[in-house]
Formats: sequence, C-alpha cells, structure tokens
Amino acid sequence: MSFEPKIVGFLCNWCSYTGADLAGTSRMKYLPNVRVVRIMCSGRLDPTFVMKAFSQGADAVLVAGCHPGDCHYQNGNMKTLRRIPLLRRTLAQLGIEPERLRLEWVSASEGERYQSVVNEFVEQVRKLGPLNLELDPSVERAAG
Amino acid sequence: MADEKLRVAMFWGAACGGCDVALLDIHEHILDVIEVADIIFWPCAMDFKFKDVEAMPDEHLDLTFYNGAIRNSENEHIAKLLRQKSKLMAAFGSCSHMGGIPGLGNFHDRKSIFETAYLNTKSTHNPDKVFPRTEFEVPEGKLTLPEIYDTVKTLNQTVPVDYFIPGCPPNPEQIWIVIQAVASGKLPPKGSTVGASDKALCDECPRKKTELKFKQFKRRHLVHPDPEVCFMEQGIVCLGAATRAGCGWRCIQSNMPCRGCYGPLPNARDQGAKMLTAIASHIDSEDPEEVERILDTLPDPAGYFYRFGLPLSLLHRRQRRNA
Ligand code: SF4
Ligand code: SF4
Ligand code: FES
Repeated sequence: MSFEPKIVGFLCNWCSYTGADLAGTSRMKYLPNVRVVRIMCSGRLDPTFVMKAFSQGADAVLVAGCHPGDCHYQNGNMKTLRRIPLLRRTLAQLGIEPERLRLEWVSASEGERYQSVVNEFVEQVRKLGPLNLELDPSVERAAG
Repeated sequence: MADEKLRVAMFWGAACGGCDVALLDIHEHILDVIEVADIIFWPCAMDFKFKDVEAMPDEHLDLTFYNGAIRNSENEHIAKLLRQKSKLMAAFGSCSHMGGIPGLGNFHDRKSIFETAYLNTKSTHNPDKVFPRTEFEVPEGKLTLPEIYDTVKTLNQTVPVDYFIPGCPPNPEQIWIVIQAVASGKLPPKGSTVGASDKALCDECPRKKTELKFKQFKRRHLVHPDPEVCFMEQGIVCLGAATRAGCGWRCIQSNMPCRGCYGPLPNARDQGAKMLTAIASHIDSEDPEEVERILDTLPDPAGYFYRFGLPLSLLHRRQRRNA
C-alpha cells in the first residue's frame, strides 16, 4: 500500500487561507493530504502546535502566511521567519528531519501557488516516508 | 487520627542526591518536621530495606516524596511499590517532575551511553569491552544489577502523582511551605504544582529590560555579563520567560542565566517550544540568511530548551528513526 502523508497546514487567515480558498473556488486540483488549521496570523503559530502535530501523528507540517511586508498585523510573519529556522534546528536535534517543517508565503490571490506548494510538499514528504514516532503513550500525562 | 504523626517517606530514583540535601537544608525546621511526622523510609539518611516497605499494608504511608527520574528497573519498581503504600505521592524536584538532568539521556539511548561511558571516554581502559550486565554468576551465587532503560521517564509517566514540587533542587523555603501545608491538611487539589509560583521567572526578576535585540548569541562562560541587565538582552540564553518563578531567582543572583529547572508555566505543555518563541523575538534580523547566520552562534538549542525537561516534553526523546 502506498504511503499517504498526513500533513497539518497552519494557514494565516488574511492571506494563505484565502489563497487556499481561491484554489478551491477556482476548482484547481491538488493533493488532499494537507489538513488545514486556520490561524489569524502566521505569527500566532506557537511552536507547541508543531510539536503537538508531530506527537499526534502528523508526518509533516506546513506553515503559510502573508508575504514579507504584507502581514495584516504588520510584522507577525517576521516573527515566524525567525521562529521556524530555530524550530527546524531543534527538531533536527530531536531526530525529526527539518524538511518535515516547511514555511511558505502565499498571498490571497495566489491560488495556483498554494496548489503547487501543496503538491510539491506532499511528494517531498512521501519520499521522506512516514514519521512513525517512537512515543510511549504515558508521555501524554503531563505534570502540574 | 489527630494526634497521630504523619508517616512520611523520601526516596531517590535516578537523581544526584541534591534533593535529599535540599530537604536537610530546611535546617532547624527539620526538628519541627520530626514533631509532626515520622520518617518511615529515607535510604539516603537512614538505614532501611526495601523489604520493610514491601511488608507495609497498602496506603500505610501518608506521603512519599519521590525524587529522581525513572531510568532503570529499580527506580520503576520502587516507584510502583511506594505508590501502592502511600496515600499521597509527590514528585520532588526536577528529575521526578520532568526528567531533570538524567532526562538528557533521552538525546541518546542505552547503547550509545554505554559506549561512551565504558569504551570511548579518554580515561577508560576496557580492551575486553566489558559492559555492565544485569546478572552475573560468581562462585558465591548470582549477582544482579537493575536494568537501564533506553528512555528516561518522569515519575508521573510511571505512576499517578498527586503533587509536583519543582526545582533542581526545590528551594528549601518552598519545601518548608509545602511541609506546613501537608501538616495542617491545607493542600491544594490533587494534580497541583506546589512550592512554586504561577508566574514566569521574568516577572519577578529585577534585571533591567529594555527590549534590546541582538545579532549574536553569547555563551555565558565566554563573557562577563552586566549584572543589572537582562541576560537575553545581552545575547545570553536565559529561560526565565518560559519558567515558573519560585526559586527566588537564585541563578540570576549569582549572575548565571536561568536554565529552566522550575519547569513550564501553568498551561504551557512544552517549555522548550515556549522558550523558542521568546528567543526568536530577540533576534535582530528580518533576512532569512542573516537569521541562519545568527542561529549558527547558538550551538545546541534543544539542549538549552530541554535542559531539565526532555522526558516531559511533547516529543519526549530524540527519535531513533534511522537507527
Ligand atoms: S530573561 Fe532572565 S535575566 Fe532576563 S528578565 Fe527573564 S529571568 Fe531576568
Ligand atoms: S534561576 Fe532557573 S535554573 Fe536557576 S534555580 Fe531558578 S528556575 Fe532553576
Ligand atoms: S496576517 Fe498573514 S502572516 Fe500575519
């Protein structure tokens, strides 16, 4: 059976989610592997969301926001631009290939770009294979 | 029951012994403890045998302080035994709360740790490649050792824990507050973190904060930090933003940045992820290539973020996917 990657996509409300919507309303075809979560701004992306996605079975995570200079909250995406590389380095140390976390800028008018980003990423993750985390169920029990 | 003394136990799992010392650091209050409590089991301080504990009826102990992480079969066995024999179980100190320094073992596994410890360190001479075994026959009989696990766990990942007392080690003043609460029966709901604040260490830290940004990380041992100014603003990683207050900012007072031993804030599931956000906001660049160059000056980010809490974190350990 071929491996179908599970990808969680965090898309900012003002640009990338609208861009994904445009791809949909324009009836563009793209691979169905990305489960989209809408966030108000890419800068709202707490790295906890990414860790949680991986810990609950995602093979990869896509983060998409407005192009630099276009963030609805002026510079939220500049925070993302600094966070993601640090998060990728941290994940690499924890044995998760940094390629499994991708940051893209997609504007509200770039339906086609969303389509190609998704298709490309799904194929890339397919090559990487499933994440298959080694995670004891007891880990769910946090503390305090 | 009123005039009966509390029956208390203190045990060390995978720990350094500092927690046991911290309990003694309540100084003369230890005499007040003896007034209200009988210490039934405390291997570090007095002579007891595991079989004494095994012989107790269930819930015989009112309270067990368990310090240390769970990284071998003995730690696990005693944790389960004490849970069965105790009405209340408290994780005492960073190791049992979230893995602590032994939890850094989760960046590795038994094989790689054994290879380092018994073969590759410069001072080791082991031409026959002898490794510890769990059983060994000698003329006098069979010798046994506990089995070391690949993955370090927290106490709560091993048995249900009622209270968490953070710190490496817990601050003795906080320990005393907790003991008074136990003695007076005024404990918060089960599952609470006690002996700590609900605020971030940065909220209590008296250093000057001006929202400075930097273009280079600096390592503490290579610089002389200004003792008045926030470490982060000097480019030195300090975990105060993602760490519970309660320790009395003791590292900060010694001009050392916080390493996060009091653990994540309430409702923050992953201390490292929170710290990552705080650090990224101090980097002075909006150019992806420059950001990478600045990050090159921060070796081992995961080691900073999860200094005390890798087993408690969402990802728990380094994944051995290509092993
Ligand atoms: S980052 Fe460290 S030095 Fe700065 S305010 Fe927070 S605790 Fe104090
Ligand atoms: S300053 Fe940080 S590392 Fe030091 S004792 Fe306090 S919480 Fe622990
Ligand atoms: S609103 Fe789109 S990235 Fe900030």
